[in-house]
Amino acid sequence: MAADYLEWLRREGRIVIVGASLAGLRAAETLRAEGFAGELTLIGDEPYEPYDRPPLSKSVLLGMASPHHTELPHRWEIDAKWRLGVAASGLDLTAKRVRLADGDEVEYDRLLIATGVRARPWPKEDEARLDGVCLLRTREDAADLYRRLKAGPRRVFVIGAGFAGSEVASACREMGIPVTVAERAGAPLVGALGGVVGAVAADLATENGVDLRTHVTVTSLEGDPVGRVRAVHLSDESVVEADVVVVSLGSLRNTDWLAGSGLGAGPRGIACDAGCRAFDFRGIVTDDVFVAGDVARSPHALFGYQFLSLEHWGNAVAQAETAAHNMICHGADRRPHLWMPAFWSSMFGVNIKSVGVPPMGEQLMITQGSLAERRFVGVYGYQGRIVAAVTFDNTRWLEFYQRQIEQGAPFPVEHPTVDRRPEGRQPVPADFPDPSLPTHGPMVTLSGYSPAEQQLVFHPARH
Amino acid sequence: MRLVVDLNKCQGYAQCAFLAPDVFAMHGEESLIYNPRADEEQRERLARAVAACPVQAITADGLDGAADPADGAADGASREASDGR
Ligand SMILES: Cc1cc2nc3c(=O)[nH]c(=O)nc-3n(C[C@H](O)[C@H](O)[C@H](O)COP(=O)(O)OP(=O)(O)OC[C@H]3O[C@@H](n4cnc5c(N)ncnc54)[C@H](O)[C@@H]3O)c2cc1C
Ligand code: SF4
Repeated sequence: MAADYLEWLRREGRIVIVGASLAGLRAAETLRAEGFAGELTLIGDEPYEPYDRPPLSKSVLLGMASPHHTELPHRWEIDAKWRLGVAASGLDLTAKRVRLADGDEVEYDRLLIATGVRARPWPKEDEARLDGVCLLRTREDAADLYRRLKAGPRRVFVIGAGFAGSEVASACREMGIPVTVAERAGAPLVGALGGVVGAVAADLATENGVDLRTHVTVTSLEGDPVGRVRAVHLSDESVVEADVVVVSLGSLRNTDWLAGSGLGAGPRGIACDAGCRAFDFRGIVTDDVFVAGDVARSPHALFGYQFLSLEHWGNAVAQAETAAHNMICHGADRRPHLWMPAFWSSMFGVNIKSVGVPPMGEQLMITQGSLAERRFVGVYGYQGRIVAAVTFDNTRWLEFYQRQIEQGAPFPVEHPTVDRRPEGRQPVPADFPDPSLPTHGPMVTLSGYSPAEQQLVFHPARH
Repeated sequence: MRLVVDLNKCQGYAQCAFLAPDVFAMHGEESLIYNPRADEEQRERLARAVAACPVQAITADGLDGAADPADGAADGASREASDGR
């Protein structure tokens, strides 16, 4: 019976993918590559073919690529029906139907949700509307920001020193534009990498001419009489004049359209099992709704089966491939999504990469290079195990540490380090901020053990 | 032609920047930046870069016919050459 259904599904079933970006495209390709011959529909609210976002804050702002031409190459002919420029506005799980904002409805036999995240806007709406207040998530955002940077602003103000904000600041400096960065925590990248590594990022920024203000928050944005932003007011009562303000305060999951659908979807994303099947709000797994990419929260065996939300390019690709495979497979042939979290960024000419889950780390050990030289490998430990590693211009070591994490290798690191520097000999506290006071979106979020979305208080499991 | 580099895989060996400098560039010592849309006249160079990347981090479309096995062999040679720098 089940076998017949799958055979039928693969031959002539209907698969609908909502969210036509990286995860949606890679899932569609995998479905076709694995022999799905039925009807495939991709629904995306952006009126463009799937495009790549990481270049938007890097080569685009550096003038090496056009914001309008980062479309993703296709690895496989997907022969899909594209519904672009129209948002999905609702889901009927019983009738197996997706409602569209234009009133249309699309029926499915199996559904993949890959609606990702959007940039968190500046919370005060009238201030957010001022001309010159920018976000960076879409290609329009990037085109707009690039145009403003090219126009030679007197000063750019970046709110939030996460990866995105720091990459923007780096691009500004490269263009010779004065830039101020405000961060609530004590240093850039603290939410993602902790205070020890954050201090290195702080030095890197200041040495490159960034006016970095830490332990401050922005209290208001001031406009001029014609509605252009002109100054930024800070909690330490200082005022900084700026004509471009980039709001880089992390992201919001695109789950609003699922409100009332009965899926376990909410502000933390959509919970799914290791096979990418979505949970409903009761915590019961569905069998025809799958999730992948930035919008998903999925349990990870290597990290105590906690649910992880990963805003990582590599995760979107890997999870999309696993979800697509599982959508058209029998139970026994299904695969768990066991991707090792991995991330890259580059700022001020330094290549920053990580594997594993740094925010889980309590302690940090520098095993190669040195913080002072900004060329090092840092290893994060939690309860006697290696859980993550970060490199600054030391990429080639990362794979080794990835294997160590996979094997549950002991922490403090036992193998002799290749080059011994004083700071490397012993672990120090990794110095992550109190997780109940989240800073600007660490790119990995540990979100506890509950698949249901009832409990919105953040309970990190490491306490 | 469209391309994307899996920068998790990329090791910053710079073969691509060496073979197709108008598409790929090193930014600092290890960061690769690139233009995801390469001009038609870059076809051959791009194909060589794709073949030469030691970790197969580059995916490009629209290269059909450009990368036949003979090209691959030539790329192997240039890879060794650039490794030996
Ligand atoms: C500027 C920038 C720089 C980045 N740099 C890096 C980096 O260096 N390294 C790294 O690992 N990651 C980076 N990322 C993150 C990476 O781009 C994401 O992890 C990736 O895009 C996730 O893909 P996705 O398909 O899951 O989600 P998304 O790319 O967010 O796509 C979701 C799509 O669904 C659409 N959608 C949403 N709601 C609906 C709806 N109701 N109906 C229809 N469509 C809908 C959205 O408009 C969007 O097109 C960066 C992101 C940005 C914005
Ligand atoms: S050749 Fe490959 S590994 Fe080397 S820099 Fe280019 S993409 Fe990265």
